[in-house]
Amino acid sequence: MVDLPAPAASTPKSTLRRLGERKLAMFGFAMILIVVGAAACAPLIAPYAPEEQLFDGLTLEGAPLPPDARFIMGTDLLGRDLFSRMLYGAQTSLIVGVVANGLALFIGTLVGLTAGFFRGWIGATLMRFTDLMMAFPALLLAICLAAIFKPSLWIVALVIALVNWVQTARVIYTETTSLAARDFIAAERTLGASTGRILFRHILPHLVPTLIVWGTLGISTTVLLEATLSFLGVGVQPPTPSWGNIIFENQTYFQAAPWLVFIPGAAIILLALAFNLVGDALRDVLDPTQRGRD
Amino acid sequence: MMQEVATRSGAAAAPDAAPDAALDAAAEAAPVLLVAGLTVSVRTEAGLKPLVENLSFTLRRGETLAIAGESGSGKSMTSLAIMGLLPPPAVRVTAGSIRLGQTDLTAAPEAQMRHVRGDRIAMIFQEPMTSLNPVLTIGTQLAEAIRAHEPLPRAEARRRALAALTAVRLSQPERRMHQYPHELSGGMRQRVMIAMALALRPEVLIADEPTTALDVTVQREVLDLLRDLQRDLGTAIILITHDMGVVAEMADRVIVMKSGRMVEQAPVRQLFHAPTEPYTRDLLAAVPRMGARAAAAAPAPLPAAEPVARLSDVVVRFPVRGGLLGRTTLNVHAVEHVSFDIARGETFALVGESGCGKSTIARAIVGLVPHQGQITVGDHVLSAHGRDAPKALRRKVQMVFQDPMAALDPRMRVGDLIAEPLLIHGIGTAADRRAEAADLLRRVGLSPDQIDRYPHEFSGGQRQRICIARALALKPDLIIADESVSALDVSVQARVLALLQELQQEMGVAYLFISHDMAVVDSISDRVAVMYLGQIVEMGSRAQVFGDPRHPYTQRLIEAVPVPDPAHQRRPSVRMTGDLPNPVHPVGSGPERVILRDVGAGHLVAI
Repeated sequence: MVDLPAPAASTPKSTLRRLGERKLAMFGFAMILIVVGAAACAPLIAPYAPEEQLFDGLTLEGAPLPPDARFIMGTDLLGRDLFSRMLYGAQTSLIVGVVANGLALFIGTLVGLTAGFFRGWIGATLMRFTDLMMAFPALLLAICLAAIFKPSLWIVALVIALVNWVQTARVIYTETTSLAARDFIAAERTLGASTGRILFRHILPHLVPTLIVWGTLGISTTVLLEATLSFLGVGVQPPTPSWGNIIFENQTYFQAAPWLVFIPGAAIILLALAFNLVGDALRDVLDPTQRGRD
Repeated sequence: MMQEVATRSGAAAAPDAAPDAALDAAAEAAPVLLVAGLTVSVRTEAGLKPLVENLSFTLRRGETLAIAGESGSGKSMTSLAIMGLLPPPAVRVTAGSIRLGQTDLTAAPEAQMRHVRGDRIAMIFQEPMTSLNPVLTIGTQLAEAIRAHEPLPRAEARRRALAALTAVRLSQPERRMHQYPHELSGGMRQRVMIAMALALRPEVLIADEPTTALDVTVQREVLDLLRDLQRDLGTAIILITHDMGVVAEMADRVIVMKSGRMVEQAPVRQLFHAPTEPYTRDLLAAVPRMGARAAAAAPAPLPAAEPVARLSDVVVRFPVRGGLLGRTTLNVHAVEHVSFDIARGETFALVGESGCGKSTIARAIVGLVPHQGQITVGDHVLSAHGRDAPKALRRKVQMVFQDPMAALDPRMRVGDLIAEPLLIHGIGTAADRRAEAADLLRRVGLSPDQIDRYPHEFSGGQRQRICIARALALKPDLIIADESVSALDVSVQARVLALLQELQQEMGVAYLFISHDMAVVDSISDRVAVMYLGQIVEMGSRAQVFGDPRHPYTQRLIEAVPVPDPAHQRRPSVRMTGDLPNPVHPVGSGPERVILRDVGAGHLVAI
């Protein structure tokens, strides 16, 4: 008969505290910290310079050395210490992964949100342009762009962002159109809320979970795309190492020296996984409707 | 398999062969379905939590048993348990038995349950659109359902399907066989569902809120149809509903449930006239009844002062584009030449069935859809193309939506939601706004300490109170309540209606109350307008429209409302054939405009 009393207020724990209670997220967070730390302190930790071709880094026959006490990750085809290259490569891969991906998300959200909310000719133009970009082979586009600009780490990040924003825009567009049709948006309109307020206070927060998922999923794709570009000679220029180009430089010797592919590959997977775990936890923790369901 | 076929053909033969009266009486007495000590529980991290506890009842042949209760009472879980359709793996039967003849359904393996479902127990659901496959024709679906249980040749199955469609009195059954679900109206779809359920002549039919999603006149037809079919076939029906009017009309016996437990079980007349349990009494008291409000208490003399809102000759049409060039070829005539005034402090109700344009009027007044004609609110004339209404106007009109969960941003705290209108209009400081929000929460009967909660932490009725608080924040002259209490349980509904009336007396706000529920409108409104296909066909004071309905459509609407009194004798009325005419017209043509004539004291009726 009576309206149900609202459940006892969940104890006002800070978002950080609640994040801290998730073990998997903490594991992911620790992984990210290690990679960031390693990248930042690479000059201090690395036993050798990444480009240094060590005389004793190859066997007498000229083959790379497997991991041992001196070269803990082995050496590559040119006798360079893989551990040092991995440390310096983390710098490149992180910058590309985070910057390129962040930029792609930003462009994608801007385009998708605008198109999805305003519809009409603005929406149609933006989305047709997005379709066009989608239909265009991404790699070809990246090669064209990279050829126009002078290759550098930041340009590579920019190029990847210009290729990768398309999927985000599509997803955000669809979500925005369905959100814009919901009753609470109509309710905001009847209150006289401005378009900016509706967009940034009421629609954008609902897109955050999607953005987090896309953002974290995109890290591994981005790192690999950078590797592809390097392989084609339009990415990060050798001898600067990146995790992607270590794989590509050595892939032909995969059978003879598997560690050269396996170690950077595992690093990419672990980094992507770490971002995913943290992203998942963030999404749940930031959603008020999930509170108390942990 | 052989055994299955044998039982089935035996069951199918039973309703036909009943010439012997004595045998028939024996069959009547024997229970078809026996539920004993049924407990359904959901597995949670805190252990098993019962959803239905220790429920026992019997169902006899040809009987209608109503299970009534508010949301969360466990009535739908009971029906799913009988069908063996409890959502796995978390929810399952943890104690008790369900016996259908000799079979214990709780112990029956899934393969056997598949034969029981549809064949011996059939079910119809609330939402007929989602229960039909949208990509198959009606005929194919019906024939497949029949063939799934009986090895008939395709042509024979189709013949049976056609017979079933004819039996549910669907117009043009041959044509319907070739149509897809989306081509039929809600009422027609529900008849198809009934045809499908009854085609195999089950012993038990479970109807879970079968008419809740339907308009009142369509509900009337479906209820009549169910009753007639039951008389002809002798099917036992379990009717699950929250609507005590439907219970009074249909049921022989009633079980009242509350939070998973049976509160009371009684024959229908006894339950309505002498309920023993306090909960049943409260539930019955909360049911809105037509004509319950004393006619004398009504007509507040209309103040001749400036109305808070005036609509003159308002037209809303939605273009349908088609053809190669994407030109407008058709128009949906949602609202046609509607004019009325809403006086300060009064409750003006718009009633009508779905698609009659009542919600479109609300949306036009708040500027969410473009309109033609003139809408004046206070001294502002609304611009015709909607959207950019001036802020000053927004302050005068607020709206309360049907579904409070959908109308509140789930990611905002309640206090911020209520204070938001003040923030948008730049009223007060942050501290003032928060104090105001706390005060508003108190006024709508919630506690100010709940200010930092999120909407999902409240119940449906509480959420609607939050929406009302939000609408009140700007102290508007007019609040539009668009089906604002329709989604609420009756007891909660009664309390929200009381709150609305209380606030009106305190603050002098006028309401535009939009509803399909005649009983609710009768209990709250001062003046009423009845809409049909975008036009007002009758308008007057509550006493005029409900006491002396002149237009045939108004009469039909009032007639169709189920009366929560089993002793009520319904006047035999003509069964309607066909469905509502279509409001879509080619460009340049339109529906015929009705002319309202005053039949005395401001009572306007279309001629």
